[in-house]
Amino acid sequence: MSVMLDLFSVLAVLGGCFFFVAGTLGLLRFPDTLSRLHALTKADNLGLGLIVLGLLPRAGSVLGGLKLVLAWALVLLAGAAVSQVIARLAGREGPAP
Amino acid sequence: MSIASAYGLLGAVLVGLGLYGVVLQAEPLRRILAFNLLGGGIFLLFGVMARRGAGAGFSGDPVPQAIVITGIVVAFAATALAVHLLLRLQAARDEPVPPEEPRA
Amino acid sequence: MSGAWLLDGVLLLAVPAIALASLLSRRVLPALAAFVAYGLLLALVWMRLGAPDVALTEAAVGGGVTGVLLIGAAARLLMPAAAAPPGWPLRLLTALLCLGVTAGLAVAVLALPEPAPTLAPQAAEQLAATQLGNPVAGVLLAFRAIDTLLEAVVLVIAVIGIWGMAPDGAWGGRPGPVQPRLADGSVALLAMLLPPVGIVFGIYLAWVGADAPGGAFQGGSILAAMWILAWLAGLVRPPRIDSLALRLLVVAGPALFMLVGLAGFVVADGFMAYPAAWTKPVILLVEAALTLSIAVALCLLVAGWPMRRARA
Repeated sequence: MSVMLDLFSVLAVLGGCFFFVAGTLGLLRFPDTLSRLHALTKADNLGLGLIVLGLLPRAGSVLGGLKLVLAWALVLLAGAAVSQVIARLAGREGPAP
Repeated sequence: MSIASAYGLLGAVLVGLGLYGVVLQAEPLRRILAFNLLGGGIFLLFGVMARRGAGAGFSGDPVPQAIVITGIVVAFAATALAVHLLLRLQAARDEPVPPEEPRA
Repeated sequence: MSGAWLLDGVLLLAVPAIALASLLSRRVLPALAAFVAYGLLLALVWMRLGAPDVALTEAAVGGGVTGVLLIGAAARLLMPAAAAPPGWPLRLLTALLCLGVTAGLAVAVLALPEPAPTLAPQAAEQLAATQLGNPVAGVLLAFRAIDTLLEAVVLVIAVIGIWGMAPDGAWGGRPGPVQPRLADGSVALLAMLLPPVGIVFGIYLAWVGADAPGGAFQGGSILAAMWILAWLAGLVRPPRIDSLALRLLVVAGPALFMLVGLAGFVVADGFMAYPAAWTKPVILLVEAALTLSIAVALCLLVAGWPMRRARA
């Protein structure tokens, strides 16, 4: 059972890292602000979510697991609000030079 | 080399980088930024002293750690003063110069 | 702990890289973004050095609040096109001198005495008398309390210094630029959803600092961040700088601390000595007042000087 849990943790964290790498690649290579935002939100939501999911079996207690999920929820909230603002400003400015 | 020494070398590198920025950056705001980079490096050196002083069940000597916490807050206060001085200087440049007061 | 060297290696590479990115960036906003990331990476380094209290302070004050201050200023400062950049001889000379400084510090780091001198045993011995569980809180509020008192006073002095920059006609107004209520609702929504969570978190962080990592500075900066968020969204206006309540809030922490210190002459051994039976309650009271004053002072340090005359 614990081997299964460890395997699950490793796979989930690796999946999360893959999304982070993809998001960073998108940030560096996409041509304009809106598509870069698109890449970054994937890193925030999916990447962090998978990492948190993978770390949940390793959290010491239910409370520890809840704290991890709270951290993810706060990042989601902040990321969502900030992406909206950046996107609105980017739309106003037009395509990046 | 222990991990604390490695981070000590990191602190030394950051001090060098920050100092370069403080001296050579053209814009004052970026000098303040470099000053904060420099400060981070100096605090890291304190942190290395603290780490090396671990003992008595603590993961680090608490006295340098407390000093660094004090330092971070004081450095922020200094940064705030410098930044607002910059903003005030800019506002002063934009204001019309008041007519000179007649000598009493 | 075999995986830790990987994290250490990554940090040892990433921190100078991001510092360089901040220094070499051509535009100021990417430099500031790199600086905030630098603060967060430094917080990780502090965790690896076994200093969670410092990591919290670095992330909150060093990365977060300083970042807000600098980004707000960058948005308002006109950066004129720089005069001719310094020639390569000057840059080479500066680089060599900075390299010399780094080399000197590196030699000092590698030549540190073994075994390392430390005050940890003394701190551990005396910690029981303070009834605190967190040694850093013990140092901040009991063993080196005068440093913390002076630091709180430094914050007050910085606030006074910044207010003193107000144009003559604007004295008494509300500090900082007018923040319009943001047209798109997302930041306003964030500013309404996050502060309740943040306030609970900040108070908790200040409270738990007595026995676990945390403390007045960390909790106070979270509280300040929540107010700053609401201010940036245009949801709250700062009070006028001549309001008595604001001034009392700013000085409450250091004033109470000073009173407790002077009372030490009467009820205990001397300045900043706590009476043995009341040590923890007094420390908690001082820490509560400090948290409040630090939060207010940090908000005011970010908001700045009043720009226009107060209207009512």
